Amino acid sequence: MDLLHTFEEDAFRDEARAWLAEHVPARPLPSLETREGFAAHRAWEARLHADRWSVVSWPREYGGRGVDIFKWLVFEEEYFAAGAPGRVSQNGINLLAPTLFDHATAEQRARVLPPMASGEVIWAQAWSEPESGSDLASLRSRAVRTDGGWLLSGQKTWSSRAAFADRAFGIFRTDPKAPKPHQGLTYLMFDLRADGVTIRPIGRLDGKPAFAEIFLDEVFVPDEDVVGEPGQGWRIAMSTTGNERGLTLRSPGRFLAAAQRLVQLWRTSGDPADTALRDRVADAVVGARAYQLFTYANASRFAAGSVIGAEASLNKVFWSDYDIALHETALDLLGADGELAQGEWAEGHVFSLAGPIYAGTNEIQRDIIAERLLGLPKGRR
Amino acid sequence: MRFLLTEEQAAFGRSLEAMLTAADTPSAVRAWAAGNAVPGNALWERLAGAGVFALAVPETYGGMGPLPVELAVACVAVGRHAVPGPVVETVAAAALLAGLAGQGEDGPAKRLLPALSSGGARATLTLPDGGPYALDADTATYLLTVRGDELRLAPGYGALHASADPARRLYRPEAGGELLASGPAVVTAAGYAADWAAFATAAQALGTGLALLDRTVAYVKQRTQFGTAVGGFQAVKHRLADTLIGLEFARPLLFGAALSMTTADVAAAKLTAGEAAYAAARTALQLHGAVGYTEELDLSLWLRKARPLRDAWGTPSHCRSRVLAGPVRDASPGGWRGALGRG
Repeated sequence: MDLLHTFEEDAFRDEARAWLAEHVPARPLPSLETREGFAAHRAWEARLHADRWSVVSWPREYGGRGVDIFKWLVFEEEYFAAGAPGRVSQNGINLLAPTLFDHATAEQRARVLPPMASGEVIWAQAWSEPESGSDLASLRSRAVRTDGGWLLSGQKTWSSRAAFADRAFGIFRTDPKAPKPHQGLTYLMFDLRADGVTIRPIGRLDGKPAFAEIFLDEVFVPDEDVVGEPGQGWRIAMSTTGNERGLTLRSPGRFLAAAQRLVQLWRTSGDPADTALRDRVADAVVGARAYQLFTYANASRFAAGSVIGAEASLNKVFWSDYDIALHETALDLLGADGELAQGEWAEGHVFSLAGPIYAGTNEIQRDIIAERLLGLPKGRR
Repeated sequence: MRFLLTEEQAAFGRSLEAMLTAADTPSAVRAWAAGNAVPGNALWERLAGAGVFALAVPETYGGMGPLPVELAVACVAVGRHAVPGPVVETVAAAALLAGLAGQGEDGPAKRLLPALSSGGARATLTLPDGGPYALDADTATYLLTVRGDELRLAPGYGALHASADPARRLYRPEAGGELLASGPAVVTAAGYAADWAAFATAAQALGTGLALLDRTVAYVKQRTQFGTAVGGFQAVKHRLADTLIGLEFARPLLFGAALSMTTADVAAAKLTAGEAAYAAARTALQLHGAVGYTEELDLSLWLRKARPLRDAWGTPSHCRSRVLAGPVRDASPGGWRGALGRG
């Protein structure tokens, strides 16, 4: 057992740190959840990609550096420590790309991955429907066979970044007669600007407009945009969620950097007599370290060939609750200034509030933990 | 980078688990609490035979260590099985003596460490950073005290101060006694020893929490209400899920601390493991209901231990101060190279 970085990992860290020091914008970009900010972040993705920093863990042929999970973690630590912009391509990189690596054809990978890496094509996820959130398998949007492809009809909602993105991926019902709800589903990629697509932006709790509903009226999708076998959509969508939730959905680097900023805030403006607040600052430091080490343990298992399954749910509940506690502590340190909407901590706080809701609500995650890790009986949800 | 136990380390843990599972530790704990140390001593000999007490002792003095990772594995097993006796304190005494030796004061180490390493002797101690009570002084071979910059063998310990956990027998060392060492080296060594005591207690707390969770999961699977196992109710499941999350995020902090042995990392592990184990105890009691609130159920042995372990060798508040005095990031991820004498 060790936590020692190799000479190569240290060299990689130095290279990333130097590049970021030279290229990270001096002033924060406008929010990527606005049209203006989306464009600025797309340009940043292109800048990252030009020097192969946008997808370091991907194979070189698709624009990456082919580095392993440990170097990815090192890169993330440096990325967030440098205060670099949020990643507008993260839906594609974190959710679609791992599925493509596992299930797509060589042609699909060659066609889809390079423009994702460069930010030329930015992806939105289209999972949820108005009646299908946590119970995603009950979804009703359908894909009907036609010449050379499929016609999509129905409605998707709560689609992050769909207001400004180029394409989307999701699962659709292709066999309404299948005996169980999670059968007869197909994983499809589609163009958000195709005929028959209507996007209605939904203002989020923070007022940003990039969230959206997607209405689909006989939207044509060619066969080449089906991922894996038709009818296998559920299995394909689920096969990569464990590793993603467990390892890459939220980077420990982000929380280490945030905890460090919090301690600086406490040292400059904290009241030394307020020990209750001091304790919460300490807890934020400990939580970031715990999350980092938990992730390193999972990465070690992953590197040794294990699959991260239901354990990923531990991770998801932890980081989402932690994120809120961290930001609440910062707001309390700021006192009356905490509510100023433009503040970094206030924005982060509102964003953190969504953590326990998305990527599978924490209630569902706790059910998974109880049933699959502790072996408790399945019950009514 | 491989932040996982090696096969040897995991096998060591499994062998301790098997040995302690077969040893009927609850009977030994109950006897220990009643002042009968015979079954506890037998248990202690088996731990010594497995090499547990050699792990904190440098090879120069007859030990195999210091090996903090293996020691954490052992102390988790000790906590899981509620093994009575001053295990943590013997480890801390070994660290104290080795720390002194590392600074050139090797007389006390030469004299006391070989017997501690073999399990032929056990020690308990008080340190300036650790409260006034010496655990299980009545059964310890050596009662060490550090006051100011003086390390002494205490001459006696007075009457028993009953703990909330009757298996933790507390005594106040008497002042005076043979002076073993004095000066700045004692202060430094006492600081090392306090870190090792906190570290071993964190491991014991994690094991305690894991035992509480295991027993509670087994109970809610078989206990029925409203015609169904209570473990099927979402409110029950979610409370146990949170217990598992608390314990599973304490584990990497414990092993991270084993690799660095910095004061801040040890404090983070102690804080988190102590709080997670106490939360596990609250949940275990709630989900057992009234039968959990009885002394006769063995669960009580762990329930009563969780809170004292949370506060022994570093209260949560003390640990938080230590965390804030340390670095937030760029802490050397695996920088420990044997401050106490190894490589």
